[in-house]
Amino acid sequence: MGNTTPWLSLAIWIPIAFGGLILAAGRDRNAGVIRTVALAGSLLGLLVTIPLWTGFDAATAELQFVEKAVWIERLNAHYHLGIDGISVWFVLLTAFITVIVVLAGWEVIESRVAQYYASFLILSGLMIGVFAAADGLLFYVFFEATLIPMYIIIGVWGGSNRVYAALKFFLYTLAGSLLMLVALVYLYTVSGGQFGILDWHQAKIGMTPQILLFLAFLAAFAVKVPMWPVHTWLPDAHVEAPTGGSIVLAAIMLKLGAYGFLRFSLPIVPDASHHLAGFIIALSLIAVIYIGLVALVQADMKKLVAYSSIAHMGFVTLGFFIFEPVGMAGGIVQMISHGFISGAMFFCIGVMYDRMHTRQIADYGGVVNTMPKFAAFFMLFAMANAGLPATSGFVGEFMVILGAVKHDFWIAAAAATTLVFGAAYSLWMYKRVVFGEVANEHVAALTDVNAREFLILLLLAAAVLWMGVYPKPVTDLMDASVKHLIEHVQQSKLPAATAAQWDR
Amino acid sequence: MANMNLFAALPEIVLLVAACVILVADLFVPDERRNVTYGLSMAALVAVAAVLWLFLDNRVLTYAFNGMYVADPMTSVLKFFSVLAVGFMLVYAQGYARDRGLWKGELFTLTLFALLGIMLMISANNLLVIYLGLELQALSLYALVALRRDDARSSEAAMKYFVLGALASGFLLYGMSMLYGGSGTLDINELARRVATGQVASRLSLVLGVVFVIAGLAFKLGAVPFHMWVPDVYHGAPTPVTLLIGSAPKLAVFAVAYRILVEGLLPLAVDWQKMLIVLAVASLVLGNLTAIAQTNLKRMLAYSTIAQMGFMLLAMLSGVTKGDPAATATAYSAAMFYVITYALTTLGTFGVILLLAREGFEAEEIADLKGLNRRSPWYAFVMLLLMFSLAGIPPTVGFYAKFVVLQALLVDGVTSAMVWLAVLAVVFSVIGAFYYLRVVKAMYFDEPVASVAAVPIVATTDMRVALSINGALVLVLGILPQYLLKLCADAVQRALGG
Repeated sequence: MGNTTPWLSLAIWIPIAFGGLILAAGRDRNAGVIRTVALAGSLLGLLVTIPLWTGFDAATAELQFVEKAVWIERLNAHYHLGIDGISVWFVLLTAFITVIVVLAGWEVIESRVAQYYASFLILSGLMIGVFAAADGLLFYVFFEATLIPMYIIIGVWGGSNRVYAALKFFLYTLAGSLLMLVALVYLYTVSGGQFGILDWHQAKIGMTPQILLFLAFLAAFAVKVPMWPVHTWLPDAHVEAPTGGSIVLAAIMLKLGAYGFLRFSLPIVPDASHHLAGFIIALSLIAVIYIGLVALVQADMKKLVAYSSIAHMGFVTLGFFIFEPVGMAGGIVQMISHGFISGAMFFCIGVMYDRMHTRQIADYGGVVNTMPKFAAFFMLFAMANAGLPATSGFVGEFMVILGAVKHDFWIAAAAATTLVFGAAYSLWMYKRVVFGEVANEHVAALTDVNAREFLILLLLAAAVLWMGVYPKPVTDLMDASVKHLIEHVQQSKLPAATAAQWDR
Repeated sequence: MANMNLFAALPEIVLLVAACVILVADLFVPDERRNVTYGLSMAALVAVAAVLWLFLDNRVLTYAFNGMYVADPMTSVLKFFSVLAVGFMLVYAQGYARDRGLWKGELFTLTLFALLGIMLMISANNLLVIYLGLELQALSLYALVALRRDDARSSEAAMKYFVLGALASGFLLYGMSMLYGGSGTLDINELARRVATGQVASRLSLVLGVVFVIAGLAFKLGAVPFHMWVPDVYHGAPTPVTLLIGSAPKLAVFAVAYRILVEGLLPLAVDWQKMLIVLAVASLVLGNLTAIAQTNLKRMLAYSTIAQMGFMLLAMLSGVTKGDPAATATAYSAAMFYVITYALTTLGTFGVILLLAREGFEAEEIADLKGLNRRSPWYAFVMLLLMFSLAGIPPTVGFYAKFVVLQALLVDGVTSAMVWLAVLAVVFSVIGAFYYLRVVKAMYFDEPVASVAAVPIVATTDMRVALSINGALVLVLGILPQYLLKLCADAVQRALGG
């Protein structure tokens, strides 16, 4: 490795430093300066993640760009960062989406501009910290700390029911993650006072504690993903959050949960993961089918996309728990792709909302007549959301279904219904909003996207198409890490004496 | 004389002399020059803190007054933070006390004597000395609560505090007399030796003594079911006095509990551990649930204190493990870390309340914080950090307080019954988060009430600086907790004789 520049630390602390600077020095009368500084911070944050990509060695599953220093000596906790082929993509995704979010709020946010941008930049740094942390305590600190800015974002700049949504978001996630904290403390104790996640990967744990640990992790990650039936905070949070908040929530925060499964549940308690895989698969399929149907009947566009996110994340967890390399890789690709698509969908809705101040599908109709450029982009993203080939949405879903067929045909068949439901809710919504006659004078008065919005849409469209047409760079980079993870999960970690009782 | 060893008690001696000097000097200070008294008091506190700071490096255990008094790193740390708390309290009290005609000599001398009582409790190594310290502290506090004697609520709170406090002191003294009757000694070290070797007249009287001692201490901590005074006193007392009651005395009670239960009566742990479990669980449940229903910020913080003390008791009781000294040290240093961070956070919280109070306006309803972010982003941010710290969310220091307690509970592994206490504790932490979040909600999500929106926040420079430091400490110690964790761990290690 031999890297001398602490790229990961820079990727974490540059956005946070810019956020702190804006918070300390920014005054709302200088909104223009604040926006520029925030954009500079997010671009610089993106810039320092590029070496992580170009300098990444795809041949190994080891952690790369490792930084390790003693953090809390008394607890034997380290400031230990490192990324593998899986997390590198989420670091890049987070930095990229942060730029989008900064641009998305450009003219829209007029009150408390400094705090708005500071919250997003700090949140961005914290989320990169979650993906880069190789120390359990560091991971938890970053994981929990993300709640604070997000609570503020939803509560201050959100819609009419924002207080309820913010509180629900916070308490739901806190309840889950505190149980995980108990699990982390337990792992710390049984591993002889280690916080290294990689040390935990090697720990031998009996079956009963494994199952309890799995459930504790599940409590934290299932809420974050979110999985049915603990998903109810998400539609509320999404609907009430400002556009930027929805984008970050859907594109990155949901991934924290799924990422947790990959880093904690699967490698630390593989036996319990196998034992309870059927349960997770069942929850995932319910998310795919039932939530897909729920999305179909939504009258509010943001709610519809929120439910479709839950359905898509069901695919991710399904991909993880069928224990096929192609399924797991598919799940990860789906996560990244969903980051782009859901971000784009929420941005599109935000574009319309800024002009019309309504999210109800019924208030729209014939938008194509007044916003043709926008309609074209929106079409692409709706198709991607439905999983059309040549968009990124297709790749992940296809890989997961492929993996599922190997595992069990009927699971695959049930999962494949998403292609029908996804098309139904996405395209039906698109048809009602965009096509047809101009519905009312508000729609008639719409103006097409401006240069800033066009740029954002173009960047997201490029990402969606690139991943859809040529996903090879993505899968190549993660290949070694996914294989390593699968191999690791296949090894039992039960102490030899008890292994016989538990038939996998 | 050799055993007097007065040097070990230097901090107390300095404080006592200073308090007496201030008591007399204040007589010659006219009302409009009260800042002189304030300055003298702060100088006294700085001097005591400086002495304690030098003592912090002193790693040895020293006895004074023929074993009645003990000085070791733990006492130095606890005293240091007590002095810090009282110093912050005087700074925060300034504006509030001036507006209400409380800026008098009594405020300073009573506060300093309360601090002396606290320091004596921390260093006492003899049941009677503990009692003396406790009474010195309690009597000073009763008078402080009643400082606004023309205010009905304040007088009622003082009455309630006094009657119930006297009852609790009675409990404690009765318990101590039983311990004396059972063991024949008042000295903690001697008590420990006799209990450990079985040289006791009657084990039953010891156990009964423990029951009364715990009841007395639980009252002073405000643990359920001995908590009835807490909300009324917190609510009724002048806010600076509430701040004082809520911070430094908790450190002293921790020290006394450690001294009697752990150093003195560890072999009786089977008896007192179960009592502490009941107190801890009841406090967590009742404190957190009742806090939700409060609209008055001071009452809410009172119930939150009850819950927080429940959490601290969890650490105290987890120390009794299967004779593993490392685990024991972990547990008590967790409890110590918890009370210190709790005191630090409480200081700031009441500091913000005092900051917002003006003449004829108390700023003690949660609704009074509405729109604080619009009026003053910085103090809203400080309060946000304090609230998240009380809720135990990283990256604030409150997270590590909760974390080390959980660690102490789980040290025996997943099979022990402590796991369920840990799960219960985190479940009630979530419930607790609700009411802290409500304060953040009022500050950030709500618009200011029209009548206060335009009123500027007035505060002296020292108050602004102190409050900012207080808020920053909560964040800095939250990102880099190593120093304070190590301080507590080393102190406990030393106290346990490791």
